[in-house]
Amino acid sequence: MTKKIEAIIREEKLNDVKDALREIGIVGMNVFEIRGHGRQGGITLTGRTGTYQVDLLPKVQLNIVLSDHNVEKTVETIRRAAMTGQEGDGIIFIYPVEDVIRIRTGERGREALMYEGDIDTRRPG
Amino acid sequence: MDTINSGDTAWLLVSSALVLMMTPALAFFYGGMVRKKNVLSTLNLSFIMMALISIQWLLYGYSLAFGTDHGGLIGGLDFLGLAGVGAEPNPDYAATVPHLAFAAFQMMFAIITPALITGAFVERVRFRTFLVFSLLWATLVYDPVCHWVWGNGGILRRLGALDFAGGTVVHILAGFSALAFAMVIGPRVGFGKYPFEPANIPYAVLGAGLLWMGWFGFNGGSALAANGLAVHALVTTNTAAAAAGLVWMFLSWRDNKPSVLGIVTGAVVGLVAVTPAAGFVTPLAALLIGGLAAPISYYAIKFIKGRKLLDESLDVFACHGLGGLWGALATGLFATLAVNSAGANGLFYGNPRQFLIQLVAAAASAAFAFCLTFVIAKVLNATMGLRVTEKEEAVGLDISEHAERAYA
Repeated sequence: MTKKIEAIIREEKLNDVKDALREIGIVGMNVFEIRGHGRQGGITLTGRTGTYQVDLLPKVQLNIVLSDHNVEKTVETIRRAAMTGQEGDGIIFIYPVEDVIRIRTGERGREALMYEGDIDTRRPG
Repeated sequence: MDTINSGDTAWLLVSSALVLMMTPALAFFYGGMVRKKNVLSTLNLSFIMMALISIQWLLYGYSLAFGTDHGGLIGGLDFLGLAGVGAEPNPDYAATVPHLAFAAFQMMFAIITPALITGAFVERVRFRTFLVFSLLWATLVYDPVCHWVWGNGGILRRLGALDFAGGTVVHILAGFSALAFAMVIGPRVGFGKYPFEPANIPYAVLGAGLLWMGWFGFNGGSALAANGLAVHALVTTNTAAAAAGLVWMFLSWRDNKPSVLGIVTGAVVGLVAVTPAAGFVTPLAALLIGGLAAPISYYAIKFIKGRKLLDESLDVFACHGLGGLWGALATGLFATLAVNSAGANGLFYGNPRQFLIQLVAAAASAAFAFCLTFVIAKVLNATMGLRVTEKEEAVGLDISEHAERAYA
């Protein structure tokens, strides 16, 4: 089976997370610039005079589709790279994926996700 | 016949170009401060004045402002279509340049003044009503007061009011009109409830920078000659902008961090305040005028916006109305004949009467602009409607009024 990881992280952690994922062989991902907030609430900005509150903060969302058995390792990698320990570090959602089709070749399912040198073709250890 | 001085004429032509540039500069200053969905609309509110008022000024505006005096209140129709305004100098206004150069220079002031008001009603004004308003305002408010202050025989000019480059004519009129218009049109939906984040502060920084530069033509050009007084005005102008920018930075820093939008706003407020004084006060007085203008406008914005009293959206009243008023009064304090023998001494140079004259002139102009704008806006609201619909406001004026997007 395939899963989709949707990780919402701090903007400034994107490079750390990307590097860490490359290390473990995650090849494909989509990155979105989004705005939102969780428990962190918002931030205070300086205006023309005094300050004002903004409750939607810029965040980055990574979408990664991968095989079931790679999910835990990937989630752990993201978490370690994205964490600062402060509120606002982000959140990760995992969804089941019904099917995957690679447009160029028409391959479906796991086949459509495989790349040379990716997490599935590497020898463990 | 007076002889034309080519140096004076060249400087006035350059100054006209500099002042014209201030209108698109203002467009960017304002355009950067509104929400993304209204950037084009806001840019256009200023830009369109270059088209609209250029024609108005040519056809009859210049004549109403600078034509033969009628009772000190309005100019006659002798310069309709700029008839008789040509290469010959008009010694009543500028003896060493073609009369047409003076008319063109003055045109740029007539253009930017209604553009300044637009900051009061951005993000909700109906464009076609705005066009009618601007034409009426230029005709009924700007042209008469311009005549009072600068026209030969104008009532405030005869009174002895000093306004070197338009502190009263431009900034008090724009600021107090903005106040009246904002009261009539009402707040933007969500005002005080949600933060309205500026779409592009770099635009505002760019606009303010170009305003600063353009102001050398605005104030320097108002010497109407390439002489020592023009240089003096350039230096006082620069000094006031610098002082106000620095003071605003510290005020903002004290409240949180040194805001960039705050620093550039401060510089503009300093420029506003020194406008009536630029050719009458010393550079050190300009430093005080600029430095004290910043807290006046800063705390006025905090008071008005902080208490959600009025959605005068881009603070035209606080920056131009109060900045201009302070400048007009400060001219009555700091003016000295040592700087400009054609001026007067102010209160600090032993002439308290000048302060009173400045007070009367500023108050009369402010009251006239406020009342007339209030009436014009009320009438237009009842007939054409000042606002777009709530849905159009939510979508944004770029799409709803122009069917265009600022960013694809």
